Amino acid sequence: MSEQVYPSMSVANPHPPLLDGIQRIATIIAFIGLAMTVISVFGLLQNGSYLWLSLFCMAFGVGLYSWRQYHDTHPGIKNDGIWFGNLTSRGFWAWMAGILITFFYVCLYWYPQWLGFSAEGTNTGVVGFFDPLSIALKGKPASQWFVYGTLYTLAILCFGFKFILKYRHNRYQVIRTLSVIFFQLCIAFLLPELLERMNQPSMDLKNMWPLNYYFFFDWNLDKLLNGGNLGIFMLVWGIALIVLISPLLTYFYGKRWYCSWVCGCGGLAETAGDPFRHLSDKSLKAWKIERWLIHGVLVFAVVMTAVVLYTYFTGNSQVLFINSYSVREWYGFLIGATFSGVIGVGFYPLMGSRVWCRFGCPMAAILGLQQRFFSRFRITTNGGQCISCGNCSTYCEMGIDVRSYAQKGQNIVRASCVGCGICAAVCPRGVLRLENGSADINMRTEALKAVHIKAS
Amino acid sequence: MDIVILGNGISGITAARHIRKLSDHRITVISKETDYFFSRTALMYMYMGHMRFEDTQPYEKGFWAKNRIKLIRGEVSMIDFGQKKLQFAENQHIHDTAFDPAPTEISYDRLVLALGSAPNKFGWPGQDLNGVQGLYSFQDLQSMEAHSKNLDRAVIVGGGLIGIEMAEMFHSRHIPVTLLVREQQYWNMVLPKEESAMVGEQIINAGIDLRLNTELKEIIDDGQGNACAVLTNTDERIDCHFVGLTAGVHPNVGWLKDLGLDIDRGILTNEYLQTNIPDVWAVGDCAQLRKPPAGRRAIEAVWYVGRMMGETAAYSICGQEIAYDPGIWFNSAKFMDMEYQVYGTVLAKPPENQQSIFWQSDDREKSIRLVFDAQSRAVIGFNLMGVRLRHEVCEKWIGAGTPLKDVVEQLALASFDPEFTRHFHSQVVDIYNQRFGDHAIANKRRRFNQVFSFLRN
Repeated sequence: MSEQVYPSMSVANPHPPLLDGIQRIATIIAFIGLAMTVISVFGLLQNGSYLWLSLFCMAFGVGLYSWRQYHDTHPGIKNDGIWFGNLTSRGFWAWMAGILITFFYVCLYWYPQWLGFSAEGTNTGVVGFFDPLSIALKGKPASQWFVYGTLYTLAILCFGFKFILKYRHNRYQVIRTLSVIFFQLCIAFLLPELLERMNQPSMDLKNMWPLNYYFFFDWNLDKLLNGGNLGIFMLVWGIALIVLISPLLTYFYGKRWYCSWVCGCGGLAETAGDPFRHLSDKSLKAWKIERWLIHGVLVFAVVMTAVVLYTYFTGNSQVLFINSYSVREWYGFLIGATFSGVIGVGFYPLMGSRVWCRFGCPMAAILGLQQRFFSRFRITTNGGQCISCGNCSTYCEMGIDVRSYAQKGQNIVRASCVGCGICAAVCPRGVLRLENGSADINMRTEALKAVHIKAS
Repeated sequence: MDIVILGNGISGITAARHIRKLSDHRITVISKETDYFFSRTALMYMYMGHMRFEDTQPYEKGFWAKNRIKLIRGEVSMIDFGQKKLQFAENQHIHDTAFDPAPTEISYDRLVLALGSAPNKFGWPGQDLNGVQGLYSFQDLQSMEAHSKNLDRAVIVGGGLIGIEMAEMFHSRHIPVTLLVREQQYWNMVLPKEESAMVGEQIINAGIDLRLNTELKEIIDDGQGNACAVLTNTDERIDCHFVGLTAGVHPNVGWLKDLGLDIDRGILTNEYLQTNIPDVWAVGDCAQLRKPPAGRRAIEAVWYVGRMMGETAAYSICGQEIAYDPGIWFNSAKFMDMEYQVYGTVLAKPPENQQSIFWQSDDREKSIRLVFDAQSRAVIGFNLMGVRLRHEVCEKWIGAGTPLKDVVEQLALASFDPEFTRHFHSQVVDIYNQRFGDHAIANKRRRFNQVFSFLRN
């Protein structure tokens, strides 16, 4: 195998002293912030002010680090040494990070008591540590989900700032990142908490079925139906999103309007996950697995929801051989928790930032089918300028072999493309451009200029 | 029929792919460089840590068996054109292969020579010392890598595309670089004065020691056969343990002399890329056209040319004689962070009848040059720094002899920059109006549908 023959191209010193003094200090500050949150698990620092200090340290540390990393660099692509870094090339630290994040998710989903969550009594541990913020926002003590939501939003904010600095020469990237930050901070995080404070039904208004797989569960429907005008509005909005708004937007702009501009999973992948985007597998085999898995999950989600709704309307919990209560529990366990959470984020440093979006998300599957068959969106290629270098494919977080299309001069129309635009950004020859257009909508996938000679 | 292709670069592999599309002939590709085709233009990205070696290979390993293209790794030492046989070198020292050892000889019915280039050396004293090399092959990259460890400074000789690439590579590893350029400005044989100055500023701003008007005089031996310094034409001594020779390339044909093949600088071919020997074609960097198309050079060592030649030869080999027609000239490059695209005729020192209008952004990071015929005012060329334009639109404008005014007004139609990029087309229009006292108005709309209908009509 030639991979074994060329284990690494770098025998020189690929680790020049990149971290200057200020970056070291910034790293220490960020870690102190993180450490405060971590040790609160053991019942330490349970005093309101430490929480603010911890959050401030994390944000300030990451922000200062990012600013220092990019402030005096020339605007442009910043991928030097990506494959030499231990954390970014599946080295020891990547595995450690993967294991730690996975462990955190396991606690979050199945052992919240380890984090100090207490449904009846007073919270302790890290959940108790976050009580002051939760009380300030919604007037109630925190849950493990509040801790998670806060850290998630903080990550998108801080690493979004880093991403914007990194890609500041590219307005598409800057505007897109401001959009995911806005939707996470305001729509996914602040708005539901404030609604809860006002005793209104709360909902992440952009979180659509089937990504939001419990939208049609009995308790959610009851909550919305009993939630007054706002609850009814949310129910109508949720259904309109699925049947009207999202197909329309996908028709005009491709699935990117959701996956890389609005979605929270996408938001984390595009910001905190950016240093790992090149780790996605580009092989044809991975593409095959992807198609089976993601559409399998979509079928699972649709069947599960249908059965749950049948039970809701008839009261009968048994449909053929399927029990609607156990099927939704299994879905929650396998897809909702294990796939989207544990694997989806825990495997960032090993399989790239879009494992969930690429292999599992049923929402992405629906939008992908729309994008593939009824959308104006495609990536066009610039005549014969491709040099087959492979930057586009390497940095595609969805594992699309962009080069295989670009070198033929063929449009890229793929169900999985989230339209992040990084392929076009990293292309050293300006070969790729994201476009929307209806004129050639039925022939987007044709190999328009695959050959130099037009054979008669 | 047995078709043997010598060389697995872009031209050889493109020939193989198209022969497969057009026929069922047995195809064998021989390379001494690497087992599989990789993108030579991506050598720099491996060194800089943007990609791994396998990421630079455009086709998966299964592709070759699926398309029935046999790959052999080995060095051919001799070609017997009379017997139609290739002989492999004895004692081959190829360690990094996953393939079976090459046979001693192989016969062909039709042969494609896709031999590539070799870096130029101009007889500098010390040019063969350890630590002195060009950057063309995968082995060159490995050697560069080996010399990079604890390197104090690299001196690069030559103000062309490979020179700046090499400078950027070392720079990415924080290794000090001195770039010696013989001319007054960087790459000013090709780039007009203003663009050449912009690239020079990029180089200097990146912290690279750019020495214009400076030539290499000698490379100094440290007494053990290693380079330890260079002397310039001003007798300045620059200590360094690596010297990059990037003063152009020449066809890699030295070993083919006196075998009956017509060779000038490269292997001479007709418009079907056939050599003087029956059933032998030459493509890519090693080919020299006996009658190059108007305005083109006989040897063009460019990725795109290699690709077009590979395809042309495939048709000829498969019995469809289609003359080589590279169309309107285009090329592209990236100088540090500055992208460069060129379409059509853009000369560094244009003749009287070629004029241009030139727009440059205030920060000198972007520019657009439109070259036109002084009499007819038809646009004949586009030269772009930091701006992307759509190849086919520019090609169509040039091909149709579109008047400058139309191009200036419709420039947005060719825009290929990412969405939300600020455009400067109205400033180009202003420059045009000032120059000619005209009243052109910029059409800012560039919907894809308009582009599409422009291209289809």
